[in-house]
Amino acid sequence: MHLTPEMTEELTILREAVYRAARDKIAPVAASIDECGEFNRDVEALCWDLGLLTLALPPEFGGLEKNKGTSLCIAVEEISRFCASSALLLIIQAVGSFPIVHGICPEIRDRVLSGIRDNRQLVAYLVTEPSGGSDVASIKTTATRDGNQYVINGAKCFATNGGVASLYSVLARTSREDGHKGLSFFLVERDRAGLQVGRKENKLGQRGSNTTEVFLDEVRVPAVNLLGEEGAGFRLAMKDFDMSRPAIAAQALGIAQGAFEMMVKYSTERQTFGKFLADHQMIQAILADSGMLIEAGRGLVYRAAALYDAGKRNTKIASMAKCLASDAAMKITTDAVQVLGGYGYTKDFPVERMFRDAKLTQIFEGTNQIQRIVIAREILNEVGFTI
Amino acid sequence: MLKLDDEQRMILETVRRIAAREIAPRAAELDVAGGFPHAAVASFAENGLLNPLLPAQYGGVELSLLTFSMILEEIARACAATALLLIAQTDGMLPILHGGSDALKEKYLRRLADDSRQLTALAATEPSAGSDIVSMRTRAVRKGDRYIVNGQKCFITNGSVADFFVLYAYTDASKGARGISAFVVEKGFPGLVYGKNENKMGMRGSINSELFFEDMEVPAENLVGAEGGGFVNLMRTLAMSRLFCASQAVGIGRGALEEAVSYARERVQFANPIAALAPIQFMVADMAASVESSRLLTHKAALLFDEGELERAGTFAAMAKFSASDAAMRVTTDAVQILGGYGYMKDYPVERMMRDAKLTQIYTGTNQIMRLIAGRDLLLSR
Repeated sequence: MHLTPEMTEELTILREAVYRAARDKIAPVAASIDECGEFNRDVEALCWDLGLLTLALPPEFGGLEKNKGTSLCIAVEEISRFCASSALLLIIQAVGSFPIVHGICPEIRDRVLSGIRDNRQLVAYLVTEPSGGSDVASIKTTATRDGNQYVINGAKCFATNGGVASLYSVLARTSREDGHKGLSFFLVERDRAGLQVGRKENKLGQRGSNTTEVFLDEVRVPAVNLLGEEGAGFRLAMKDFDMSRPAIAAQALGIAQGAFEMMVKYSTERQTFGKFLADHQMIQAILADSGMLIEAGRGLVYRAAALYDAGKRNTKIASMAKCLASDAAMKITTDAVQVLGGYGYTKDFPVERMFRDAKLTQIFEGTNQIQRIVIAREILNEVGFTI
Repeated sequence: MLKLDDEQRMILETVRRIAAREIAPRAAELDVAGGFPHAAVASFAENGLLNPLLPAQYGGVELSLLTFSMILEEIARACAATALLLIAQTDGMLPILHGGSDALKEKYLRRLADDSRQLTALAATEPSAGSDIVSMRTRAVRKGDRYIVNGQKCFITNGSVADFFVLYAYTDASKGARGISAFVVEKGFPGLVYGKNENKMGMRGSINSELFFEDMEVPAENLVGAEGGGFVNLMRTLAMSRLFCASQAVGIGRGALEEAVSYARERVQFANPIAALAPIQFMVADMAASVESSRLLTHKAALLFDEGELERAGTFAAMAKFSASDAAMRVTTDAVQILGGYGYMKDYPVERMMRDAKLTQIYTGTNQIMRLIAGRDLLLSR
């Protein structure tokens, strides 16, 4: 257990409960989830049972009263210690439902949100397009008003949970205005005519998460499915980042923690040159560097989450957390394979999977190159310098 | 820059052609299937590339280590696992060349001559003896005109496909390193049992086997050199093998750098190719500097071997090995980063290169051991 001073009793109980469930129910299937590269319905059911897939909803629909961001990070970190793919399920559920929670019109709010809870519906987030990854403003998917409907056309890619979701938050262009001004979010139900799930991606890691293309061909949704106002899409997406970046950072932190625990365990058991690996100073240096980065990352992650929960601006700290924790996860998992040597390189130990899983955390939810630009912009804004 | 002679230029041209036409197109499939590059063996054999270091007197092409280093680099640039096949092949030949009697050399090195497709391997690593090789447990006991061997080896590259391999075992465990001896073992020797081939993260197109010896009988004349000479013999081969690993790592780094550069020139974000963005330019600059500097270090180690300066060559090979493999790990990780979401997918080769690169930091002596060797050579010898 790794507590920061602000952890309340409730949060401590949550951490303990998720840790136990992850250790007992998810860890034993993590390797097979990775190997077959399939979404695991048992893990999904476990997460629903624990309330982890509704925690970001309003309280009357199963969500938490407070500390949503921190709770999400805690759950994500604990699950990621054993299986990053499974933790990604929680993150995407929170990220995908964010535009709905914050933008849905009163007429359909009750129906949609209680539907998510009662029917255990997964929500995917359709923003990325083949030509627009980091460059969100270049989105080409369009939504055109036609009477009391919108007609949506476009292609989305790298959609996590794309093939298993019941609902989609889709970012599309509603006006001809260039850049991010004309973007709007829409709620699109899976069974709408014209929505088609494309091929499933074959990924290096996080292979238990379902990443697909989703095509929207003349998909008609009622005008009430507009989330927020027309043109509010980019702002909603940026606000979503305030919650999602600490969560991705928590995933990276959990991966690093899992790999760290493996290297500590292995180095205190494996003997070479008549000593335990842990007796060699070169190995001690690796353990020290890894522990240092994990503690620094943990501080940033939970500070970013606490700021979010307090309704304070967290952009800078959230990006710092995401960037530092994911770079740390890549370094620590690479070193964990090294400490385990030839064995670490085989599929008989989990560190090679953690190494593959870690790489994604440097890329998604804004590459670390983008994070550095965000951080620098925030730093410079603080002194009145505008880029 | 090195000035290549006509022969080197011609050989490298052939290698590049084979790499581009035959090896690169099969790399992804080989990785997915996790098999063995049989087609490459045939192609290398036809072109006299399967045993580049084999002396002319045994029917080989007897290339310099520098040339071999450049060959490995070109092949690894297309497919690291295929390069590993050549490395393991050479690792199995060198101990016989360095330590074997004339009769032993005539018998086994001759088998590798001309367009032979016979495969070799080197079997030293055991479950509890990786970097710490003297803690090996395999024993060979002399009985009349043969040795009876008991024990096991693991992670042996080319292990289960080798026609013959060099095995290290204790003939006198009380003497420590001086009690280790080397033997040539042939496929089919009674008591040689093949275990599983490892399921690895990367280099999946190479075979790494468990080998078990259950009262395995080895003719006494298959002892390489004298009893107790195995450790020195092994160290001599490993010193060179580090150069081979460095060359392979340079090739992986080059391959990933080239993929990153060509993607960055084509991928448009924020209205321009990402090649126009300073953070990408900085990454590519660092990647190129790492690859090129470790490449020069690798060439220097090769030249020292070719000039017969074995001690300095050993130090340089150790430095080249950790420098090139650390560079390969960094460069491949950054190449995936530059390709972004696409780089993380199996549709592009950089994720494979990243998995492949990791092994170069580990095998033939971990980079921790390499730093120990180089550090001690620099601080404690002479």
